[in-house]
Amino acid sequence: MTAILTAQTSPGHTRQHLLSVHDLSTDRIREILETAAQMHAVQRREVKKLPTLRGRTVVNLFFEDSTRTRSSFEIAGKWLSADVINISGKGSSTSKGESLRDTALTVAAMGVDALVIRHSASGAAQQVSQWVDAHIINAGDGTHEHPTQALLDAYTMQQRLGDLSGRHVAIVGDLTHSRVVRSNLICLGKLGARVTLVAPPTLMPSGIASWAASDGFELSHDLDAVLPTVDAVMMLRVQRERMSGGYFPTAREYTVGYGLTRPRLDALVAANPEAVICHPGPMNRGLEIGADAADAAQSLILDQVSAGVAVRMSVLYHLLAGEEGSAS
Amino acid sequence: MSALLITGADLAGAGAQDLLVEDGVITEVGSVRTAKGADVLEADGLVALPGLVDLHTHLREPGREDAETIASGSAAAAVGGFTAVLAMANTSPVTDTAEAAERILDLGRAAGLVDVQPVGAVTKGLAGEELAELGLMHRSRARVSVFSDDGKCVHDARVMRRALEYVRAFGGVVSQHAQDPHLAGPTACCHEGELSGRLGLPGWPGIAEETIVARDVMLARHTGSRVHIAHVSTAGSVDVVRWAKAQGIDVTAEVTPHHLVLTTDLVSGYDPTFKVNPPLRPLEDVQALREALADGTIDAVATDHAPHARHDKEHAFVDAAFGMLGLETALAVVSDTMVRGGLLDWAGVARVMSVAPARIAGLADHGRPLATGSPASLTLVDPSAEVTVDRSASLSLSRNNPWHGRTLRGAVHATVLRGRVTALKGAIS
Repeated sequence: MTAILTAQTSPGHTRQHLLSVHDLSTDRIREILETAAQMHAVQRREVKKLPTLRGRTVVNLFFEDSTRTRSSFEIAGKWLSADVINISGKGSSTSKGESLRDTALTVAAMGVDALVIRHSASGAAQQVSQWVDAHIINAGDGTHEHPTQALLDAYTMQQRLGDLSGRHVAIVGDLTHSRVVRSNLICLGKLGARVTLVAPPTLMPSGIASWAASDGFELSHDLDAVLPTVDAVMMLRVQRERMSGGYFPTAREYTVGYGLTRPRLDALVAANPEAVICHPGPMNRGLEIGADAADAAQSLILDQVSAGVAVRMSVLYHLLAGEEGSAS
Repeated sequence: MSALLITGADLAGAGAQDLLVEDGVITEVGSVRTAKGADVLEADGLVALPGLVDLHTHLREPGREDAETIASGSAAAAVGGFTAVLAMANTSPVTDTAEAAERILDLGRAAGLVDVQPVGAVTKGLAGEELAELGLMHRSRARVSVFSDDGKCVHDARVMRRALEYVRAFGGVVSQHAQDPHLAGPTACCHEGELSGRLGLPGWPGIAEETIVARDVMLARHTGSRVHIAHVSTAGSVDVVRWAKAQGIDVTAEVTPHHLVLTTDLVSGYDPTFKVNPPLRPLEDVQALREALADGTIDAVATDHAPHARHDKEHAFVDAAFGMLGLETALAVVSDTMVRGGLLDWAGVARVMSVAPARIAGLADHGRPLATGSPASLTLVDPSAEVTVDRSASLSLSRNNPWHGRTLRGAVHATVLRGRVTALKGAIS
C-alpha cells in the first residue's frame, strides 16, 4: 500500500525530513544531541551567530498559534544565519478553505529550503512532505508528534542525568491529546530509557495496552506508586476544557489524583534527590504542577526552553547543511 | 422491434444458454437458432447476472456537480455493471420533498444509462429533528420507498421510532447510517484502536455503530417495521443483525466492497483517499463481514460510491472529506474477494448484488431471474479477466479511488438495460 501512496502523492522528492522521531536512528539522535551541545556552547557566547546556513531560507509555517515553538525555531534559524520567515496559515477545520496542498505549494513556490510546520491536524507535516520539494520539519502535528520537543527533552534530561539508558521516566497527564508523549515514547525508547505513562484511563490513547506491550513501556493510574521509582517525571499540560468532554470530573479531583503537588514533590526528592522535573509548557500552575515543583531545584523547565534553541539549531544544521556535504 | 441475441452466457453459473431479447424483454432462453435482424452479443465464457442494483450511491447532483453529476455517475454505474442505483439524499438541496425526488428521477431518465431511483431524506434537511414529507415523496412520480439521512445518523430514538412507524403505511424502509454522534463525533475519522492512538487521530469506535444497530433492531421489533442497516462495518454489528434475524425482526443489511477488503492500517500514511465513513476496520471485522455476506446475515453489497473533488481530499486527514469511489470496481472486488475466495458462487453474487438489493428497494423490474418474460436488464461478467485499476480511466468526475493500482480478477464485460447495451468493455455504448 505504501507504493500506491507514494505513486499518488509524491512527485519523487527525496529530501530529508523530520516528520517523526521514527525517522531517526538511535545513532542519528545521539549525533543531533551532540551537535546540540556544541550549539548550546555557542549560545553562551557574546556573538551567537554562525554562518552555517547563510543564503538558506527557512519558513515557519504555523497553522496553529505557538509563540514558544515558533520563536525557538526562529532564533535557531537566525543564529545559523538562515533567512527566517514566519507565515501564519489559517488552521482549516472545514473543507471549505484553501486546501492544505494549495497552501503548502504556494509557500514552497517562493523558493524555500526548509518548511517548519505546525498544524492542529495529525499527519499534516507528513502530507505536506509528499507534495512539496523542501525539507519538512514537523513542529507539532495535532495529537501525533512533536519530534524536536522530544529531542530537547532528551537533551535536557541528559545534561542532568547523563546517559538515559536504564533511567526511569514517568510521563504524566493528558496523554490522549499529547503529541509530546508520542514523540517522547519513541525517543526515550531508542535511548534505552524505561518509561511509565501515568494518567486516568480516560486520558490514555485508545489501544494503549497493546501499544505498551509491543513497544515495551508501562502504564499506571497511580502516580504515588510510580514517583519514588523515577529518575525524571514529565508533567503534561491538562487543558481545563477537557472536563466538558467527560475526561475527568473537576480540576480539583485531577490535581489530587495526578498533580505534582508539594507532598508529591517531597516524596520524589526523598526517594531520589537527583530526580528531575520536566514540563513542555505552557504550564497550568496549580492544576498538573504546583508552584513548588515548577520552581524547585529539580525543575528543568527553563533549561528545556534554552535547550530548545540549541536542539533546533542542530536539527536545521543536520537537515540543511548536511546535504551539501559540509557536515563535519 | 429491436432484438438482441446474447449467445453462450453462463446464467449465474447455471450453465451456458443463449438469450433472445425482444423489445427489452427476454423472450427465449436456451439454444436460440434464429434471430433475424437481431444484434448479437457473443458471451461465450461470460457469466450473465441479473443487472446489478446499488442501494447506496452518492451522485452529488444537485449541489456538487464538480464532483459528480447524475450523468457521470450513471456512466460510472453502467460500466460497473449496474442497471439501477439508489441516489442518496444528502445533496444540496437535500432530497426531502417530492419535487426534489422527481427532479433526480428525471435527470436519471435523461441520462438514460441506469435507473436512478432517488432515496428520500428521513428528516428535513437531514437535521434529524422533523420528519421530511415521506408520504408525498412516496406518492410522487419518483415512488420513493427508501428513506435515509445517510451521512448522518437518525440518532434521536424518538424520531427514528416515528419514521419507522410512519413508512410502514406504504411499505417503506428506513436505511440507517448507524453512528452515535456522541461516541463518534464530527472529527472521528479513523477506526478507534491502537493505530488511531499512535497516529493521534480522533477515533471512530465500533461501538458507535453497534449501539445504534442494536437500538434500531429493537425499534424495528417494537414497531413491526422494516429497517435497513447501511454500510455495516464491524463484527459486533454483524452479531446484532444475526441475532435480530433469528428473532424474526424485519432487518436487512448491506456491506460496501471496501469494507470487505481494505483495512484500517491503510490510513497510517495519512492519505485521505482511505478516509471513509464508517472507517476502514481491522482484519477481524473484514473477515466477519465476508462470512456474514456469505451466510446471508448481510443481504447486499452496496457501494457507498462517494465522489469528491480533488481539493476536498487534499486537506489534513481530519479535515478531508469522507468517502471513496466504488461503482466501477464493486463487481471486480466482490468477484476477486468472494468468488475467488470460495465464499460465494455466481448465483450468490446475483443474490447480493441484484436480487436482494432490488427486493429491499422495492424495484420490481430489477433483480429478476434471467428467464422468459423478465425485463432484459443484465450484466455480463468475464470471470477470468484481470484488471489493474487505473483511477485516471474512471468515468466518474472524481479520482478518490482507493483501488488504484490494484489488480482484481473479474470484470464487467457488458451491461444491458431493458434490452439496450449501455456499457461494453468499460465504455458507454
